[in-house]
Amino acid sequence: MADLDTRPREDAGDVRQPHLGPLGLARFAWRQLTSMRTALFLLLLLAVAAVPGSVLPQRDADPAAAARFLDENPGTGPWLDRLGLLDVYASPWFSAIYLLLFVSLVGCVLPRTRAHLAALRSRPPRTPRRLERMPEHRQDEVDGDVDQVLTAARRVLRSRRFRLRDDGDAVSAERGYLRETGNLAFHLALVGLLVAVATGGLLGYRGQVVVPVGEGFANSLSRYDTFDPGTWFDPVDLPPFRFTLDSLSVSFEESAGGNQFGQPRDFEAQVTLVRAPGDASEQVTLKVNEPISAGGAHIYLAGNGYAPVITVRDGNGDVAYSGPSVFLAQDNAYTSTGVVKVTGARPEQIGLRGTFLPTASANPEGFPVSVFPDARDPVLLLQAYTGDLGLDDGVPESVFSLDLEGLTEVTGDGGRPWLTALRPGQTAQMPDGAGSVTFERVERFAGLTVRSDPTKGAALVFAVLAMLGLVASLFVPRRRVWVRAVAGPAPGRTLVQVAGLARGEDAGLAREVEQVAAALSAPLAAGADVSTGGREH
Amino acid sequence: MIDETLALYSDVLVYSAMAVYTLAFLAFTVDLSRQGRAVGGARASAADRESRLVPTAASPASAPAPSASTPPVLGESDSLITAGEGGDGLAGDGVGAGGGPRRAAGVAVSLTRLAVAVHAAAVLLRGLSAGRAPWGNMYEFAVTGAAVVGVVFVALLAVTSRRGLDLRYLGTFVVGPVLLTLGLAVSVLYTESARLVPALDSYWLVIHVSVAFVSSALFTIAFSASVLQLVQGRREAAVAAGRPPRRGAFMAALPPSRELDRAAYRLIAVSFPLWTFTLVAGAIWAEVAWGRYWGWDPKEVWTFIIWVVYAAYLHARSTRGWEGNRAAYLAIAGYACVLVNFGGVNVLVPGLHSYAGIG
Ligand code: HEM
Repeated sequence: MADLDTRPREDAGDVRQPHLGPLGLARFAWRQLTSMRTALFLLLLLAVAAVPGSVLPQRDADPAAAARFLDENPGTGPWLDRLGLLDVYASPWFSAIYLLLFVSLVGCVLPRTRAHLAALRSRPPRTPRRLERMPEHRQDEVDGDVDQVLTAARRVLRSRRFRLRDDGDAVSAERGYLRETGNLAFHLALVGLLVAVATGGLLGYRGQVVVPVGEGFANSLSRYDTFDPGTWFDPVDLPPFRFTLDSLSVSFEESAGGNQFGQPRDFEAQVTLVRAPGDASEQVTLKVNEPISAGGAHIYLAGNGYAPVITVRDGNGDVAYSGPSVFLAQDNAYTSTGVVKVTGARPEQIGLRGTFLPTASANPEGFPVSVFPDARDPVLLLQAYTGDLGLDDGVPESVFSLDLEGLTEVTGDGGRPWLTALRPGQTAQMPDGAGSVTFERVERFAGLTVRSDPTKGAALVFAVLAMLGLVASLFVPRRRVWVRAVAGPAPGRTLVQVAGLARGEDAGLAREVEQVAAALSAPLAAGADVSTGGREH
Repeated sequence: MIDETLALYSDVLVYSAMAVYTLAFLAFTVDLSRQGRAVGGARASAADRESRLVPTAASPASAPAPSASTPPVLGESDSLITAGEGGDGLAGDGVGAGGGPRRAAGVAVSLTRLAVAVHAAAVLLRGLSAGRAPWGNMYEFAVTGAAVVGVVFVALLAVTSRRGLDLRYLGTFVVGPVLLTLGLAVSVLYTESARLVPALDSYWLVIHVSVAFVSSALFTIAFSASVLQLVQGRREAAVAAGRPPRRGAFMAALPPSRELDRAAYRLIAVSFPLWTFTLVAGAIWAEVAWGRYWGWDPKEVWTFIIWVVYAAYLHARSTRGWEGNRAAYLAIAGYACVLVNFGGVNVLVPGLHSYAGIG
C-alpha cells in the first residue's frame, strides 16, 4: 500500500550502509534526520525537555523567584543555572531540539509536497493484477456485458467524487487528495507559526509600569519600570499615547466563606486616554480581560495594590517629600511592603521602610497582619534610616528596596529600633529631632503592561491554518477503489470485482466498497435484491 | 449574588450521582466477570482463540457472515465499524458471550445514564448558583470534568450501538475513574460556590475550558482502551504461546488488542484537534488577559507537552516498529500528562494559572 503514500519510506535501505563517501554520508545523515523515526524521537525529546521549566523557577517568567532559588540553593543552583535549567525555553539545548525538529519537518515535508503535487496532476495508478489481495474486496456476477459494467462503474465512482483512470478491463479510481493537502498544510503552518512567533519576539516589546491613581503616564522608554525590547525593536516605534489613571475600583469576596473569602472579584480602571498628541482625550475603561489598544500597542491591567501617601519633614522642619509610594502586595490579604527614599532631606537623607496593612489585626503571636485585602482599617508600620541613600553614585537602584550600606537605623528608647504604626491622618515624630512622618491617606495603584507584537495576527492565521489542515488530515479519507469486469461463464453475464485500499485507519472503506458493489449489481440486474447481492465468494 | 440553596442542592445531587455510579460500577463489574467466565469456559483450549477473530455463536445473528476465505490483510483498513458488522467476536445487542442476554450490562448502562443525568443536574445547579460557567476552581473542574466524561461515554455508547458495536466493556474502566474523581472532589477539593476572580471572568473561560473538558474526556476513555489493549496483548501472547492465563477471565470478554488499539486511535484522533483548539484558544485568552499569547507558564507548558506527546502518538502509529503496543505506551504517557496538568500543576506549581481555590 506504500504507493498510496507520499510519506517518506522507512525501508531497509536506511540501515544498509554501502561504501559512503562524504556526500553519501551527508545524504545518509539527511535521510536519517528526515525519517519518521527521528521526528518521533525529537517530538518525545521536546516533550521531556519542556518539563524542567515547569518545575524550576524560570528567569523569564519570574526573575525574582529565580534569584530567590539561587540564594536558597547556593550549591546546586549555579549548576542548574549553568545548564540553562533556570531559563529552559531560551537555552541552547531546548532551541537545538526544536530547530532540529523543524529542519527535519521541512526536509520531510518538501519532498512530500513535490510528490503530492505530482500526484494531483497525474491519473490514479494502474489497477493491481490481483484485486482479491486488497484489504476490501467483493465479487459478483451481474447481467450485462463488460462495457456496460465499466460504464456503470465510471458513473458510480464519479458520482462518489472519485478521480478515474480507464485501465483496459478495469477502472481505477482515487479520492481524498485533500487528506494529504491538509497534512502538508498542517506541517507547513507549524513552520509559519514558529517564524511568526520568532519575528514577533524580535520586533515587539513589553514594558511594565506602576501608576498611582491620579497620576499620568506618557509613553516613553524612561517612564517604564521594566522594559523588554526585541532585538529589532526601535524606540521611535513607541506610539506617542499618554493617559491619566482617574480611578481604580477593586472589590473582594465578602460573602462566601472558606478559601474563597477575600478573593478578588472586580478590578476596573477609568482612564483618560490621548492616543496621539493633538487628539481629543477619551474616557476608557480598562479591565483585566479587556485591554485598551492604542497605536499598535495594547495596555493591560496586570495588577494593583496600595500606594500610601506620605509626607516627610526633615530635621530642619521642611517638607522634604510628599506623595504616593507604591507598596507591593505580598499575600492575598494585600499585606504590602515598600520604601520611601527622601533624597532632599537635610541635614541627612532619610529612608523609610514600611509595611502597609489594609485591614489590620494581630495574629495569635501578637504580630500585626492584614486579614482582608480591602482598605477597611489601614495601618502603616514604618522604620526609618538616616545617612546616605547611595543614589548619587549612578548605580541603578530598585525603588522597592533600601541599600542599607551608608544608612543608620533610627533608634528610640534604650537603643531599640524606632518603629511607628500610623493610621491615615496621623503623624509620628522621629527621635532626636530627625524629623516627622505623616500618613496622609492611601491611594491605589494600577500595575500596567504595555505590549506590542506586530506578528500576532500572522501567528493566529497560521494556527488556524494548522487546525484546518489537521482536521482534513485526520478525517478526509484517502481511498482507492478498483472495478474490474470480465466476461462471465454465461453469455450476457459479467464477473465484477470491486476492491478498495485506504491510507491509514479508514472506518468507511468497507462501506464504500460495499456500496459501489451494490450499485453495480442493482441497475444492471433489474429487480435484483441489492442487500443480498455481492456477497458470494 | 450566590444562591446558596441551589449550591446546596448541587452538593446533594453530587452525592446522589456518586451513589448511582457506584451501583453502575458494580453492575458493569458483574457483567465483565460473567462474560469472562462464559467466554473463558467456551474457549478452554488455545485453538479456540481463533473464534475470537472469526465470529461464532458469539456474534449476533443480524450480522452477515464474513468470508472465511478472506485473503491476508494488507493494511490496517478494517475497522471498528466493519468489525461491528460481524468481523469480531464482540457480543452485541445484549447477547452475552455464552449466548444469553447480558442483563447486568443493560442494568449498568441504565444506571450510568441515570447517574450522568443526576451528575449533569448537579453541575447545572452549581453554575446557576453562581451565575457563571461551573468551572472556576478545582472542585468545579473535577466535578464538571467527570460529568463530561460521563456524558461523552453515554453518547459514545448510543452512537456506537446504533452502528452495531458494543463499547459496554469499557464501562467499568470509565465509571470507575469518574467515581474516583468525584470522591476526590468532595473530600479534598471541596470549595464553596462563589464568583470568579477577575482573570477568569471572560467568555474565553467558557470556550477554552469546555473544549478542554471534552478533549480530556475522550483522552480518558482512550486511556482505558489503551491500558486494556496492553493487558489483552499480553494475554493473547500467553495464549498463543500455549499458556492460557489463569487469572483475569473477564479479559476474555473484551475485544482483541488490535480492536482496542483501533478504538483508542479513533478517540485520540477526534480528541487531538480538540486539544489543539484548546491550546490555540488558551493562547488567545492569554493574549487578551495578560498581553502575551505564550509565556511558558507551567499550565501552558503542560498543555503543550500533552499536545506534543499525542502528536508523537499519532506519528508512532504510522512509523514502522512503533505501531501497536509502543504507541499504546505513548497514549498512556499522554494521559499521565493530562493528569499532571490537571492535578499537579494546579495545586503544586505556582503560576498565573493557579486558580485551584484550595489550600
Ligand atoms: C513540529 C513537529 C511535528 C508535529 C507537531 C507533527 C504533528 C503531526 C500530527 C498531529 C500528525 C497526525 C495527522 C495525521 O495522522 O494525519 C502528523 C502526521 C504526519 N507527520 Fe508530523 N509532525 C511534526 C513533524 C513531522 C516531521 C519532522 C515529519 C517527517 C519526518 C513528519 C511527518 C509526518 C507524516 C508523514 C505524517 C502522516 C502520517 C499518516 O498519514 O499516517 N511530521 N504529524
